[in-house]
Amino acid sequence: MAAHSAVLSASKIMNPFWVGRLGNTAKVFGTTLIRHRNKTSLTPPPAKYGGRHTVTLIPGDGIGPELLNHVREVFRFTCVPVDFEMVNVNSALETDDDMNNAITAIRRNGVALKGNIETKHTLPASVKSRNNVLRTSLDLYANVMHCQSLPGVQTRHKNIDIVIIRENTEGEYSSLEHESVSGVVESLKIITRNNSIRIADYAFKLARERGRRRVTAVHKANIMKLGDGLFLQCCREVASGYPDITFDSMIVDNTTMQLVSKPQQFDVMVMPNLYGNVVSNVCAGLVGGPGLVPGANYGRDYAVFETATRNTGKSIAEKNIANPTAMLLASCLMLDHLNLNDYASLIRNAVLTTMNETRLHTADLGGQGTTSEVVQSVMRVIQSKGQFTAEL
Amino acid sequence: MAGKAWRSALSQVVGALKNETPQSRTFIRGIQTVTLIPGDGIGPEISNAVMKIFEAAKAPIRWEERNVTAIRGPGGKWMIPPDAKESMDKNKIGLKGPLKTPIAAGHPSMNLLLRKTFDLYANVRPCVSIEGYQTPYTDVNLVTIRENTEGEYSGIEHVIVDGVVQSIKLITEQASKRIAEYAFEYARNNQRASVTAVHKANIMRMSDGLFLRKCREAAEKYKDVKFTEMYLDTVCLNMVQDPTQFDVLVMPNLYGDILSDLCAGLIGGLGVTPSGNIGANGVAIFESVHGTAPDIAGKDLANPTALLLSAVMMLRHMGLHGHAKKIESACFDTIRDRKVLTKDLGGNSKCSEFTEAICQRMKDMD
Repeated sequence: MAAHSAVLSASKIMNPFWVGRLGNTAKVFGTTLIRHRNKTSLTPPPAKYGGRHTVTLIPGDGIGPELLNHVREVFRFTCVPVDFEMVNVNSALETDDDMNNAITAIRRNGVALKGNIETKHTLPASVKSRNNVLRTSLDLYANVMHCQSLPGVQTRHKNIDIVIIRENTEGEYSSLEHESVSGVVESLKIITRNNSIRIADYAFKLARERGRRRVTAVHKANIMKLGDGLFLQCCREVASGYPDITFDSMIVDNTTMQLVSKPQQFDVMVMPNLYGNVVSNVCAGLVGGPGLVPGANYGRDYAVFETATRNTGKSIAEKNIANPTAMLLASCLMLDHLNLNDYASLIRNAVLTTMNETRLHTADLGGQGTTSEVVQSVMRVIQSKGQFTAEL
Repeated sequence: MAGKAWRSALSQVVGALKNETPQSRTFIRGIQTVTLIPGDGIGPEISNAVMKIFEAAKAPIRWEERNVTAIRGPGGKWMIPPDAKESMDKNKIGLKGPLKTPIAAGHPSMNLLLRKTFDLYANVRPCVSIEGYQTPYTDVNLVTIRENTEGEYSGIEHVIVDGVVQSIKLITEQASKRIAEYAFEYARNNQRASVTAVHKANIMRMSDGLFLRKCREAAEKYKDVKFTEMYLDTVCLNMVQDPTQFDVLVMPNLYGDILSDLCAGLIGGLGVTPSGNIGANGVAIFESVHGTAPDIAGKDLANPTALLLSAVMMLRHMGLHGHAKKIESACFDTIRDRKVLTKDLGGNSKCSEFTEAICQRMKDMD
């Protein structure tokens, strides 16, 4: 920063011919410096084509396509400057071409919004989970999920406010398996120092940014002494650099027991991949179900947004009963990421108003509403705010 | 000639007697001997409470107390004391209190040693909501059956290069087959309607795929029990929203560890959850899964419910359903009454008072 301002002030007293050149260099230099400082908030991709962003859209299977159609509907209505580039992935095919196209599209645009891609059991075991391939190819190392109790939703536990940060690329999801002897299968769980430090750093930075007081590491180091032991050690090392934030650890089975009896004690939680899966699903269930919580996957260069619990929802597909809240809130997270914060707040408030005040609930929350009714209600609330919108 | 016929007839009769099932063994002998391992901390006092209650219930059980502190055997390998092993092999049924896991004693945890010695492959935890001990979840009635020998807890770990650690999760056909068949057998014997296999075969295609295949094969043999399969994350999600939809759950080691503790949390914690470990050769050890609670040891404040319910589970396993029902009802009625409760259940009575209340209730029942 000092170098930036020094160069700018130097440029003021110098020859105008050089000022332009040095000014540009200073701007790039300054931006690079800023980029290295804020690791949790990435520089969003540059808006192309006249101020409109392009975002990759992967519909997936089950309820994904219909929910993402609703998201597009709401965006079109609210005149959000985002264009979607749709890439379809056929989960029934064995080849990886579809997936490679999707990954290339995300590399091009930098941001994606996706539904869950089904993993068919009828395909041979060498075909890996497509969602997992996407996460590891783009190195989306942090999965962030914020579980909050909503006043309009009836749950057994109240006042829950937990942020779960889950390592997204290694651990038990390394997809390294082999059958050494017939009838004996080995699956490898990989824990590395680099990734553990990276995710712990992310967790503490996020806690600091959001003013959170405590970070809890979830592990099973009493049994997996080397693997989870390494993870825990990395968390402790990173914690020592953040003295303002309390750090403690808890074994995963005790964690689940505490979550169902006293979930209010948790603040920010960081953990490896599989425990993240369990804990995030438990927390989603505690605040009201899979239809309410959005999830975000952040990497160094890319970000992909989806529902937190990643359900395909095959049994409720195309019946107009799915809950659009999670996907709409995920799209708001995406708008925040693109620095379109006003649009994000507008849509988010409309969704929460429909949830909490109008109390228009879909079947998974015990209500009678259909997906389209909820979406219509959201759009009506947006219109009532006096914003410039398209026709209802 | 006649002598030969006599001898063959006699040997046939003896052979028939030898092949009797464990249930009929009880009837022949009358009183069943059970190995009791009191454990550490609050172990001795809760074991005494259970023995007292069993006496009041007039259960045909004779207790043989043994200690299982690890000793170094020949060859430097750690093992349980030979008299304990001999007692278990003879009696086949054991009841165990909480054991202390020493941190720097050099030997592995006692639970691990017991598991290896008797090949305890199935951990069964029935979770039933207790009336009178309110939790946010009511009407929980499910059983988690967890594979106890392999999976993620094989203990095989390596440092590949500095900063990269690999843990191996082992799934074998034999162990998966064994646990799947046990789960269906349990469901059938306990009148349970369905068995759900919990897995993550979308990510761990080969390992959980093998486990799932074995479960499917076992399901074919037990057509009277409904079989479903569900992803681990879906089970967790649905469990905290509506636990009544689950019946019997069967799963590999790690998922079982997490889910069984999750279900214990639903009904009120480890202080009221029974647990049983089934091994090969008919061995079964029932235990309380809570800790040794050294801070309240010896002060008559402990809650014997977990060990008592495990002992009830043991009675059911042995076929003594009448006594099991009597003791269980007495225990639940006492808790439901809320007059005499230990501190962790919300009251302020002593362990002995709680035990006495249960014994009194059983006497009144007769």
